[in-house]
Amino acid sequence: MSGKPKLHYFNGRGRMESIRWLLAAAGVEFEECFLETKDDLTKLQKDGSLLFQQVPMVEIDGMKMVQSRAIGNYIATKYNLYGNDLKERALIDMYVEAVIDLNELLMTHAFQPADKKAQHFATIMDKATNRYFPVYEKVLKDHGQDFLVGNRFSKADVQLLETLLMAEECKPDILAKFPFLQSFKARISNIPTIKKFLQPGSQRKPPLHEKDVPKLMKIFH
Amino acid sequence: MSGKPRLTYCNGRGRMEPVRWLLAAAGVEFEEIFLETREQYEKLIKDGVLMFQQVPLGEIDGMKMVQTRAILSYIAGKYNLYGKDLKERALIDMYVEGIIDLMQMILMFPFSPPEAKEKNLDSIKEKATNRYFPVFEKVLKQHGQDFLVGNKFSWADVQLIEAILAVEEKIPAVLSGFPQLQAFKIRMSNMPTIKKFLQPGSPRKPPPDERYVETVLKIFKK
Repeated sequence: MSGKPKLHYFNGRGRMESIRWLLAAAGVEFEECFLETKDDLTKLQKDGSLLFQQVPMVEIDGMKMVQSRAIGNYIATKYNLYGNDLKERALIDMYVEAVIDLNELLMTHAFQPADKKAQHFATIMDKATNRYFPVYEKVLKDHGQDFLVGNRFSKADVQLLETLLMAEECKPDILAKFPFLQSFKARISNIPTIKKFLQPGSQRKPPLHEKDVPKLMKIFH
Repeated sequence: MSGKPRLTYCNGRGRMEPVRWLLAAAGVEFEEIFLETREQYEKLIKDGVLMFQQVPLGEIDGMKMVQTRAILSYIAGKYNLYGKDLKERALIDMYVEGIIDLMQMILMFPFSPPEAKEKNLDSIKEKATNRYFPVFEKVLKQHGQDFLVGNKFSWADVQLIEAILAVEEKIPAVLSGFPQLQAFKIRMSNMPTIKKFLQPGSPRKPPPDERYVETVLKIFKK
């Protein structure tokens, strides 16, 4: 056993990407085991590796962890990315939970039926620019610090950067009205561990392509 | 200001009910503000009180907390219901997240169209009896302790008893294959703070009915 965390998921972003981001941001090397077929998933289910029969699953510190939030919380705490005290944790949790809501919208876009896509896209854009981004823009503007919470790098910063970049993939100029988010993006992208993760050849996964959707549906449905 | 936590939500279970359960289980008294009209909700947004324009809102320790999980994690941390170390936290988080997935199905059920209701009910029954309850039955059987994690009462126990009772309301015999869960249910129901919460007149809300669904749609639908 290598001692490195081992991630079990399909070869794509989905619900595992935030975990890849967090491990990478913390400078933790990890291995990946990709599910390619339904049989791969069934095998994991049959050998009792998946507590609720689902992936993501991460083997870490002798545990087979499931549930992306549980995994994210564990990694964040272990690598000091979860604030200094209960109140900073509360802020980080609030910021991260909202970002996860936006991520859900971004993530499910590829799975929308053709006749719902345009509407879904409009919803994503509306929520991103009217509900979520203004909050983080204001937080950064109000305290003038480099990081979202407690003047210290945390899970909230990692999660927000991930989402900003995903949103830009949908609409390249989406940050046009958010100068603080633009400089946040540049600043966090330049943190050495993150910079490394953003380079080609890293374990960061590309956006889902329409053509990959049928294969995914076969594994999970 | 009373110092008590103050919860703002509709007068019904929804996404706030786990928060009521957890505060009650911790023996913490709280106040509630109920949203009845769209105007009330819009005023909250205008006043800048809802960080992401959504409820639940939990005003606690000087913070206006939103996002159910954030609120629950804070309460669990504050009242020592979150395990004694990182690994116990990890277990509690895994269990809670699984149960929340099951509860999500129950949460959405009243809002599903009439023709989908039977199928959704079957789905709840299937997931409860094949995916979620067996896990906790096994956990309790294997360690033989009273509580799910670390031989100590935690958020995981509160979440599980809430879920068991909610599923039983829909599927009365759902625990018939789960003797450990039956004993767990009795044990948790008899804990003083929970026993109090299960009595009439407590802040516990009744199962959602037509009127609740109407109110929610009226307030939140765009």
